[in-house]
Amino acid sequence: MTTARNRAIDRLRRDRTLAAKTRLLDVPEAVEQELDETTIPDERLELVFTCCHPALATEAQVALTLRTLGGLSTDEIARAFLVSPETMKRRLSRAKAKIKAAGIPFSVPPDHLLPERLAAVLAVVYLIFNEGYGGRVDLAAEAIRLGRVLAVLMPDEPEVHGLLALMLLHDARRQARFSGEDLVLLEDQDRSLWDATQIEQGRAALDRALALRGRGPHVLQAAIASLQVDERVDWPQIAALYGELVRLTGSPVAELNRAVAVAEAQGPEAALQIVDRLALDDYQYLHSTRAELLRRLGRVDEARTAYRRALELARTGPERRFLERRLAEV
Amino acid sequence: MKYALLIYDRPGTYEALSDDEREAVFGEYFAIAEAPGVVGGEQLQPVETATTVRVQDEQTLTTDGPFADTKEFFGGYYLLEADDLDAAIEMASRIPAARLGGSVEVRPVVER
Repeated sequence: MTTARNRAIDRLRRDRTLAAKTRLLDVPEAVEQELDETTIPDERLELVFTCCHPALATEAQVALTLRTLGGLSTDEIARAFLVSPETMKRRLSRAKAKIKAAGIPFSVPPDHLLPERLAAVLAVVYLIFNEGYGGRVDLAAEAIRLGRVLAVLMPDEPEVHGLLALMLLHDARRQARFSGEDLVLLEDQDRSLWDATQIEQGRAALDRALALRGRGPHVLQAAIASLQVDERVDWPQIAALYGELVRLTGSPVAELNRAVAVAEAQGPEAALQIVDRLALDDYQYLHSTRAELLRRLGRVDEARTAYRRALELARTGPERRFLERRLAEV
Repeated sequence: MKYALLIYDRPGTYEALSDDEREAVFGEYFAIAEAPGVVGGEQLQPVETATTVRVQDEQTLTTDGPFADTKEFFGGYYLLEADDLDAAIEMASRIPAARLGGSVEVRPVVER
């Protein structure tokens, strides 16, 4: 009975998704058509996994996700990624053409593929978030909006809530992170500029993730971000969480962040030992962190060298000015 | 949908295996040929046997060897009937070349 019913539902669903797929993707390429116009709400989840399929290039995944789930116009996406509208239009139509021709499924992946594919979806959203603030298109806000949609669509996945929490908690401090054009470090930030409502929402999302027994990379990072906005920051706990993140991901960047927390918890000497074991020579933050630790240890000449190396690698104006100020101070 | 799973080998891969290992790998290839959905396929002779042909000004030009110097050589293919790309990727990932330093290109076949 159940089997027969399930089979009937499966068939219905298949027929429907097939029809939807045809509707969604069978548009003449010249016509600028929105995939989401014809999508009924309960198909958004399938759409997420189609847009973020690993057989598509990452930049295409990002563009498709913003276009179909975020509801940005092609022109807006083009502006956000500094390419011409024509280039973005081509990127989107190529991606849609591949979905159709290569038979990228319009479905939620089966259980054995789900963890990997969900990770790909979350990576796309986090990438959009990290593309940052301030441009004519606010991609951080757009990523948070996408995160909220995913949390509704996948209420039982702790990593989804973890990512949403992480983005909310980071974004809550955006107003305090700059003074004019200048970068302000966490310890010097004006807390009255933090968005209390968003911190509360972030912590609620984190609580949901933890209640679902989440202990994945996004949940861990959200837990860290939550501790960082406490009145008194629990650095030993943050160092321990980064340790767990390192074990989980093997990421040297996470290990560098652990070192920063260790510097606060145990002092610069212990932190420097961690930093000096890392093979991240092309990474600006390795050198700025080393410089900071050396400065605290009174090793001024070495600190200056490290600041200069960080400056060579710094890309944005505010980061350069921050490092120049530091260099002038030692 | 019908897919071609194009198998690219890294030269020397099979020579580097012991007899038992090689036999096991060939066994895997035969098993895939018999797998549900696999509707065709061929193994090619080694790339050293290749001749490349071009026609210019009605003149047939032949050269010894493959058409391009690459690290991997096309060694054979399967034709697969599968529901979607995910199913095709799953089958492709079972092909030994994919884990032995080579790769498998999944291409949908034009259906007429």
